[in-house]
Amino acid sequence: MIPPRTHVTEEGWRQATERLATGELTLLGLWADGADVSMAHLDEKTADIGVLTYTCEDGRYPSVGARHPPAIRLERAIASLFGLRADGAPDARPWLDLGFWDVAQPLGKRAPAQAPAPYEFLPAGGECLHQIAVGPVHAGIIEPGHFRFTANGEHVVRLEQRLGYVHKGIEGLMQGASLDRAAKLAGRTSGDSTVAYAFAFAQAAEIALQVEVPAHAVFLRALMAELERIANHFGDIGAICNDATFTLMHAQCGILRERVLRVTHACFGHRLMMDVIVPGGVARDIAPEGAAVLRTLVAEVRKVFPALIELYDSTASLQDRTVTTGVVKPDYARQFGAGGYVGRASGRAFDARRALRYAPYDLLKFDVPVLDAGDVNARVWIRIREVEQSLALIEQILDRLPAGEIIAPLRAKAGEGLALVEAFRGDVLVWLRLDESGRVARCHLRDASWFQWPLLEAAIEGNIVADFPLCNKSFNCSYSGHDA
Amino acid sequence: MRKTLLEGLTHGPLTEPAPAPDEAALKELAESVERAARARLGRSLSIRQVDAGSCNGCELEIHALANAFYDLERFGLRFVASPRHADVLMITGPVTKNMREALLRTYNATPDPKWVVAIGACAADGGIFAGSYAVEGGVKDVVPVDLHIRGCPPSPTDMLKGLLALLEQTSRKA
Repeated sequence: MIPPRTHVTEEGWRQATERLATGELTLLGLWADGADVSMAHLDEKTADIGVLTYTCEDGRYPSVGARHPPAIRLERAIASLFGLRADGAPDARPWLDLGFWDVAQPLGKRAPAQAPAPYEFLPAGGECLHQIAVGPVHAGIIEPGHFRFTANGEHVVRLEQRLGYVHKGIEGLMQGASLDRAAKLAGRTSGDSTVAYAFAFAQAAEIALQVEVPAHAVFLRALMAELERIANHFGDIGAICNDATFTLMHAQCGILRERVLRVTHACFGHRLMMDVIVPGGVARDIAPEGAAVLRTLVAEVRKVFPALIELYDSTASLQDRTVTTGVVKPDYARQFGAGGYVGRASGRAFDARRALRYAPYDLLKFDVPVLDAGDVNARVWIRIREVEQSLALIEQILDRLPAGEIIAPLRAKAGEGLALVEAFRGDVLVWLRLDESGRVARCHLRDASWFQWPLLEAAIEGNIVADFPLCNKSFNCSYSGHDA
Repeated sequence: MRKTLLEGLTHGPLTEPAPAPDEAALKELAESVERAARARLGRSLSIRQVDAGSCNGCELEIHALANAFYDLERFGLRFVASPRHADVLMITGPVTKNMREALLRTYNATPDPKWVVAIGACAADGGIFAGSYAVEGGVKDVVPVDLHIRGCPPSPTDMLKGLLALLEQTSRKA
């Protein structure tokens, strides 16, 4: 259970910041609501989550990023969206606001936008350095973002990201939205994680409204979450190999992914399972033939996948590209609280399903695979192992699926809720405040990518430019989830 | 590896028969495809995909077009890395204000004759994101659109139908 928010003084805020800086606590999120800034933190030893709120005077609060770098981009985003300033912040450049909006600080005290100052990328010193500017429009079918490389010949000396191109203002659209509409918006924060977002949003709403979800719906939610996980992992494993020009794996994994999506369509009427999880339960039951179709899928994957793992593991030219490439140091993974395969490939064993044991995972058996190497190869292996775990989870869910209602009625009232749900790429955090009419007063959505993108900058250092797509794909951070 | 490759040769293909071109799409295109272009391009189009603010759901399904089941390349349709090589821009998303400039530059970098296909509910009119301070609200508000393929996201089959309709129109001798 996550305790309610605690209001703190400047001293309390600074103490919490210090505990983040020493590694005693992990930062889970940092967001604003009117004149309030809140941080969520995690004690990894006990899995206790705390939420602190500091009310800004004159629109200023003590910087967390000054002592704890993972907060820097979050603070920059708060400044751009709400106009609240972090005192002592190491980086005052805007974030998400690229200078194209008509309004400044659109979620705070709105003001007409000013002509933007030129954006200064961080410098890199040394002989024979050159810059490569990539994006926002990239060469493949991927999301837009800008990468500024400084390189010495082939070797990357510094990478700096500039993101925000797909900022849609989702948190702005949420304000005043009905729960139904807000759930749909949450499910479109990052399309590849639509189930996880809808799951997290629904949990936060149910905590706020104190609603008990029927057990049948709870199990179906986890079923969809695991199907989403394996579909994405298949896509990623294939795409990583493709970026190492090993197209056979890409083709074979593409077939597996498509088989999963056809089954999800047969079971839930939508290939990505959008809008199936709603506050209170699920909007539709699994199709009558669903269980049989799913068991066939699990058997099919178990038959085909081991040969592909063997192929990955025994192809020297592929291993040559993935092993020791793009290493994320375990210290960084811990400091940034990196979730998902990025954290777990670098020794951070956190998985929200295991740590928080939210229903129905408290009743299910599964392992959380962890590796220490931190390279592209380790991130591939975490995905492979997680596919195996998810298959076992799907079977357990089918075996134990309780009968009953799919949704509980909701009664509008004011309340707050925070939820953390394990998406395929890491934990999604949703914090929600509802007004008396049951509409959204404020909702904050924090993608796992917020704490992974900065690590990609560190992972690419010293690697060759040509390995960047490979490293980037092994992270597969969400641009849309981050920019929102 | 040999075993996997051999299986690919001995087992039948997974590729499914082509769906019929979409009637509504044919109608929308009838007004926009020019005769000169038809003669020049024949039945082969290079597509450049541009994400102008999508949630990445559409990109997932566009990727699926290349898998063994849909096999887009059998129709002479292929994705290219640069707008300068493209005949078709396939645009997703509600066009965020932050992507407007990049989208315009991509459009201007694409040589004539060219077509624009807007993919998904938000590319049509902003969809669920319409009205935000951060979005323009539909591709047609920024660049001229020849074909809309709706859906959230449209399935690969829906996209295939639309693209086949585009092929029909570009290759039909007037």
